[in-house]
Amino acid sequence: MMLHYFLRRCFLISFVFVALTVLAFSLSYLFPGDVLTNVSGLTEIRPEQRQTLIKYYALDQSLLQQYIAYLNRILDGEWGLSFSSQQPVLSEIIAVFPATMELASYALLLSFVLGIPLGLFAAVKADSFFGRLISGITLIAYSIPIFWWALLLIMLFSLTLGVLPTAGRISVLFDIPTTTGFMLPDIWLSDISYKSEAIIDALRHLLLPAVVLATFPTTVMIRFTRDSMLAVLEQSYIKTARAKGLSRAQVLYHHGLRNALLPVIRQIGLQFSTLITLAMITEVIFSWPGIGQWLLDSIYQRNYPAIQGGLLIVSCLVIVVNMLTEILHTLFNPLARKA
Amino acid sequence: MIKALLSLMVPCGSVLILSACQPDIPETIQQGMVYCAEGSPESFNPQRVTSGTTIDAISQQLYDRLLDIDPATGELLSALATDWRLSEDGKTYWFTLRPQVQFHHTGFFSPTRAFNANDVTFTFNRILQSDHPYHGVGGGNYPYFQSVDWGSLVQAVVAENSNTVRFELTRPDSSFLSNLATDFASILSAEYAAALLQQGTPELLDQRPIGTGPFFFKEYKKDQFIRYYRHPEYWRGKTELTQLVFDLVPDNAKRMAKLLTHECDVVAYPRNAELKLITERPDVEVQSQTSMNVGFWAFNTKKPPFDNVLVRKALAYAINKDAILDAVYFGYADKAKTLLPPTSWAFYHDLPEQQYDPVKAKELLAQAGYPQGFRMDIWAMPVQRLYNPNALKMAELMQADLAKIGVRASVVSFEWNSFRRKLSEYEHDSVLIGWAADNADPDNFFRPLLSCSAAESGSNRANWCDPNFDNLINQALLTADIKQRRSFYLTAQLYIDEQMPLVSIAHSKRFQAKSVKVTGVTINPYGGISMAAARKSL
Repeated sequence: MMLHYFLRRCFLISFVFVALTVLAFSLSYLFPGDVLTNVSGLTEIRPEQRQTLIKYYALDQSLLQQYIAYLNRILDGEWGLSFSSQQPVLSEIIAVFPATMELASYALLLSFVLGIPLGLFAAVKADSFFGRLISGITLIAYSIPIFWWALLLIMLFSLTLGVLPTAGRISVLFDIPTTTGFMLPDIWLSDISYKSEAIIDALRHLLLPAVVLATFPTTVMIRFTRDSMLAVLEQSYIKTARAKGLSRAQVLYHHGLRNALLPVIRQIGLQFSTLITLAMITEVIFSWPGIGQWLLDSIYQRNYPAIQGGLLIVSCLVIVVNMLTEILHTLFNPLARKA
Repeated sequence: MIKALLSLMVPCGSVLILSACQPDIPETIQQGMVYCAEGSPESFNPQRVTSGTTIDAISQQLYDRLLDIDPATGELLSALATDWRLSEDGKTYWFTLRPQVQFHHTGFFSPTRAFNANDVTFTFNRILQSDHPYHGVGGGNYPYFQSVDWGSLVQAVVAENSNTVRFELTRPDSSFLSNLATDFASILSAEYAAALLQQGTPELLDQRPIGTGPFFFKEYKKDQFIRYYRHPEYWRGKTELTQLVFDLVPDNAKRMAKLLTHECDVVAYPRNAELKLITERPDVEVQSQTSMNVGFWAFNTKKPPFDNVLVRKALAYAINKDAILDAVYFGYADKAKTLLPPTSWAFYHDLPEQQYDPVKAKELLAQAGYPQGFRMDIWAMPVQRLYNPNALKMAELMQADLAKIGVRASVVSFEWNSFRRKLSEYEHDSVLIGWAADNADPDNFFRPLLSCSAAESGSNRANWCDPNFDNLINQALLTADIKQRRSFYLTAQLYIDEQMPLVSIAHSKRFQAKSVKVTGVTINPYGGISMAAARKSL
């Protein structure tokens, strides 16, 4: 049963991937300028190179064959060169991607840690002052534009109080060699003598961007946890459990939370694309050297191979995460498996 | 469990914030300095670039030159050359080289010998000899040397022995030594170049630099930062700084914010509009320096109607420079009479100032046959430069001025790289741009901007090639007598004023803001900034 479900999902997703690659592939032709330049990323093509390159990129063949050649190159990891640096696009993506993942995952973690308990609290004490306060603040935080919120925090903590830095992942004076691309593990793995100072510095740099990025998912988390908890608490099996003599905490944890969190898992997948968009904005504001900043720079520089590659990787990521949360949701929810 | 997590978070958060108040950073990092620059370098070889941003970041930090310019007096000082002399006919120069100067020892290259004459011949032959194995590497462009026409000036560079180099010129040239002292004439390592050639990766010479300068190259993360470490065997003595990082922050507001949060120790080009605000802070100091630069409005003199001198003069009369100085430079600039700034020894003090006179402008236009005016484009550069902090705003002001004499101007701008490319292909009608001098010699203003060779290489924004003018500036170089040279340059300035290929607008002051903890970083009026003397108190 489960296997059947997986196969169906994978089949569906392969269509999405085909559509995505077709879009990315066609960009080379839709962007202004020479197609060969757009495909290869070489800014200076000597006349004697031209023929070999055209052969190599299969540009003398039908569109379908060009597309197949493009797919082969994508799978081989050959994503063309960036116009601005003349370095392979894929290696640039690999260099910036971990920074985004790091920021997004800490923000997501933060939103779980804050959102779920607060949502529960707001549901259980729905009519109390604090319950309403949480709902009210959530509504405000949900509607606040993220760039404005980020600037407010920078004004307060960096410019006025001077306690937190405004930009980057770590003070540029710390020379941390890149091994994984994730800052905290990299510091841990490095053989520097000032590890704890470096970690504290990295955390100080992380704090504001993570808080800013976590704001939106936290509010979503609170609202969903609260709503679905309220719905679950209305169910008759909760009343039965209470009647059986279970304590309030036992009921909440064993019967309430587990059922209430199911729709929340699904929400993560649905909100992930918003999270990535917000991560891009956050990166630009805090000069966080992740894929968002890189992609926006590329757009500004009309760096077509980079835009193409960035688009592909970000949309693939969103789809994969969506699929994973769906699968998780199904694993946890017997009802969905049958449907 | 949730409670436990929450109780963990509170102390963590407070540690994060408190730790800012009690920095506990090791000494190697405390003696590191962060310079926040306005852009990324294009290359790590000064020969290959002209942009001030790149020169600031690489030239004085990584390299030395044969000669240096005294920033206070503009006189030449010995650097890698301890001594130099000139032949009777003024066409041959001999340089005695400094012994025991060590190149950088880095993770990617270990020198086996000290600096000698081969390094000098390699450096200059790369530029001069078109069959040199390194000449074509990276495109074969040496814009500064092309703009001063070195190809036809320098006949040969010969190593007489390991510590003497001879330069043979085709004609006497009194600006030759000044050109050798510019940031572009930095000395590279011949040994490193040979090693790279053997590896088959010659292009790395311009990307992973080796020099003799006060700092050596550690790493460069594109659009993020450049990291340098102190060169322990620097011939002038070790620097106080152990580490120097160029943090690349193109956004002006972010650069200011980083200065205020002490993430940057020194900030390049604070916005004129914000200078007042930051001077009020006790922890920040603003430095200024009258700089050798000029912002101008150049006409494409090959394109009608700008090929008509009356039209060019009319447009010059139509512009209200005082308003521009107030609105664009916030008063932090001198109004320009001619290309040369008043601090230059060849400046023409008695040159009449260009008046703002729309009535006269209209008359001239009518004389030229355009009583109804015409349509034109003003190209405004998209970036902030010292000589023009806001070209778009300037263009808009000029648009209004021009409308008064019936000229309908549109403002045009592109991304900076395409902008420069289109300019060198002379697609523009007129352009707002400028020039920052690399040495104290007046020739450094006239030749790269208005000579025929500059028109060919694409750096003459007015596309103006006038044999009379070329003759004047060539004559000026043939003599070493400063009085004679001066009279040629005065005539040249008068001639520009008559022909008006461009309208000089302002000579801007250069500013830099720094933390009061940092000393020894001064602005050099002739070129790139140097951190060799910088130190940071704790």
